[in-house]
Amino acid sequence: MLSLALYILLAPLAAFTIVIFFGRKLPRNGDFVSLFAIWSGLAASLYLFFTQMLGHYDPNFALNYRFDWLVWGSYTLKIGIALDNMSMMMLVVVTLVSSLVHLFSTGYMKGDPKYHRFFAFLSFFSFSMLGLVLADNLLVIYAFWELVGLSSYLLIGFWHEKEAPPNAAKKAFVTNRIGDAGMLMGILICFGALGTLNLVDIKSGVAAGHLTGGLLTAAGILLFMGAVGKSAQFPLHVWLPDAMEGPTPVSALIHAATMVAAGVYLVARLFPILTPDASLVIAYVGGFTAIFASTIAVAQNDIKRVLAYSTVSQLGYMVMALGAGAYMAGFFHLVTHAMFKACLFLASGSVIHAMHHSLHHIHSHADPQDMRNMGGLKKYMPVTFWTFLIATMALAGVPFFSGFLSKDAILGGTLAFAMEHPKHWLLPVFGFSAAGLTAFYMFRLIYLTFYGTFRPGEEAAHHLHESPRSMTTPLITLATLSVFVFYAAPAFNPTTPAGGWFATLFPTPERAYAMEVKHEGHEGGGSNSEVTESAESTVGTDHSQLSTLNSELPEHAEAVNSEHSFNSSHSAHLEHLAHNWAMLISILVAGLGIWVATLAYYKWTIDPEKWRLRLGVIYRGMYNKWWSDEIYDATAIKGTLGMSRFLAWFDGAVIDGVVNGSAVVTRGVSFVNGWFDNKVIDGLVNLTATFVGFWGHFVRSFQTGQVQRYVLYTLAGIGIVLVIVLV
Amino acid sequence: MNNLTTYLAISAILFLLGLLAMMTRKNAVSVLMGVELVLNSAGLNFVAFNRFNGGGVNGQAAALFIMIIAAAEAAVALAIFLNLYRLKATAEVDKADTLQW
Repeated sequence: MLSLALYILLAPLAAFTIVIFFGRKLPRNGDFVSLFAIWSGLAASLYLFFTQMLGHYDPNFALNYRFDWLVWGSYTLKIGIALDNMSMMMLVVVTLVSSLVHLFSTGYMKGDPKYHRFFAFLSFFSFSMLGLVLADNLLVIYAFWELVGLSSYLLIGFWHEKEAPPNAAKKAFVTNRIGDAGMLMGILICFGALGTLNLVDIKSGVAAGHLTGGLLTAAGILLFMGAVGKSAQFPLHVWLPDAMEGPTPVSALIHAATMVAAGVYLVARLFPILTPDASLVIAYVGGFTAIFASTIAVAQNDIKRVLAYSTVSQLGYMVMALGAGAYMAGFFHLVTHAMFKACLFLASGSVIHAMHHSLHHIHSHADPQDMRNMGGLKKYMPVTFWTFLIATMALAGVPFFSGFLSKDAILGGTLAFAMEHPKHWLLPVFGFSAAGLTAFYMFRLIYLTFYGTFRPGEEAAHHLHESPRSMTTPLITLATLSVFVFYAAPAFNPTTPAGGWFATLFPTPERAYAMEVKHEGHEGGGSNSEVTESAESTVGTDHSQLSTLNSELPEHAEAVNSEHSFNSSHSAHLEHLAHNWAMLISILVAGLGIWVATLAYYKWTIDPEKWRLRLGVIYRGMYNKWWSDEIYDATAIKGTLGMSRFLAWFDGAVIDGVVNGSAVVTRGVSFVNGWFDNKVIDGLVNLTATFVGFWGHFVRSFQTGQVQRYVLYTLAGIGIVLVIVLV
Repeated sequence: MNNLTTYLAISAILFLLGLLAMMTRKNAVSVLMGVELVLNSAGLNFVAFNRFNGGGVNGQAAALFIMIIAAAEAAVALAIFLNLYRLKATAEVDKADTLQW
């Protein structure tokens, strides 16, 4: 199993290396290398999925492989691969969407001068994303997180000769980085408090009480910051719409199905250690993002922008679900959304491809992505139309489609949460409003694009044709996967995912931390139950105030932990009630959205122009993405630039002034030194020489060369000796 | 008056006179005369001691030696002074100062 997982991970990396260096020299520019790598990875993932995941059919199934990576002193850092249900599901999602995008790109990117680079980058991205889902510790996740961001940068800026893509790529990377800074702080808190970064060990560390309270909440929120950046939640959502500058297959793969899902994946992995406070923050951020982005999507005219904001909104749904404790719903939506959103993006790529052709033929410079230039494409591109429609119905939450199941589960979970904590009524309001708006703008898109008459005219319409099979096959595959049957087996209940394999294999994990007991007389030391995930986190028995969730007696459940319970038996009942209500309301709301869209854009009985004027500022806000970019420009960007100008001045004036000043002082000191050396030291030396010279001269004068003088000296010497001897 | 002391005194006076001549005379030959005086005073000392303090003829033999050596040494000295005259065209010892520092 390990070798299979390693093959899945490394085959795309090998493909990248081969294609980036030798792609141009290979036949067909080497795309078959990438295709082979990812399709064989898909086969291996499906094998793992069917034999290990569905074979064992155990929610706690997990295979862990670890090996020592860094050893220093007494500490060993182990990294490894975790093959549990979630990773295997993600493997299938990633390899499947990636394989289909690879196939689609052979048609879409045909003729591009840098065709081989595109496939090399696609392979590199696949490698990074697969590494992210297979990693079992936060450090490796962080590394692959950054690699995924790099791949995104390379792919968004793929057409770097144009002006907009490199800017969009930079924007994406920098915005991501801001989130990653928070994530790194979260990782450091975990490492500092727990001494480990392995996900399983973190859970058991938190359960043992090494990281609690405010610090644990902070860690949860900081790690969530990474998800805010990567999954384009408010306020770091600004990069995703601009990322549409990249080729459409890139948008489908990265900015719909996989990379942006990495943030949700991370939150899901961290679910057991998120405190109630952290979860609330997560839920509100997600909920707000959901409604915020859907309002913007309503007013957009570029087909890819609508889908981009829709993605942001749906990611908000997933995040909100995880925050509200509806774990299965959030992850389920991740999987279904990957399928239908990728289908939507690829189908829009098919539309754009056809529009490009036809506008080119009439020498028009109109934007091929603007819906106002489309219309009536239904009869020219039937396959695209039908797959688009199926995926749209899944997204809008029409019953019998996969999206209905997952979105409904989210709305039910949120409603249950709000029923239990009535002061958080805003969350389901966000959810349902966003659902209504989603249905509205998606059907607006369908009507403007596929119905009516082709607006550029008859001449251009002649050049419209359906896309080649390399592009339609992925569409058909993904549309097929957007119906409910695949996810609801074996129960096949179209109204709820419960009973299906997905719900069974991904139950909500127990929280790992100990929660404080509010009830005074309750000594929770007696009843401790074990956590069901991997049996590795047991609650410490020393603390007398510990209690885990399912150990509560039902009558205590409401009095105790009324603010913080997530999985008590009481809320299981609530979930069922909420689910039914949610189903009802969501069908109503989706129906309302579709009906209004039909009236406005199909029957044209509601005039969009009049409403645009009526909504005035609100419309302008929606159209201008609520001025997010402008606000950031005026505050963060100008602020940063102002600060850099100030720092540049400071560096030039003050720091350089100090340096120059010290240079002047040094020169002065050296001048004094020099004078001292010249006058004093040399003076002493000269003095010594003169002294010696003088004495030498004196002594020398005794040697006259006259013998008689020497005789006199001898006599004098004899005299001195006589004196000494006799006295 | 016929005792050792008198002869020693005379010998001493002769020695000093010779020394004086050696030290102060300008002419080379005069210096040599002084040297002769010194040497002979030493011989006189020997003879005096021989007469008054012992038997035998040791002292007198010594005096004889001294006279011979004085003669030899005078010969050598004169040879040197002749060379000096050839070199410097003068017989004054003051002028032999080539070994001055």
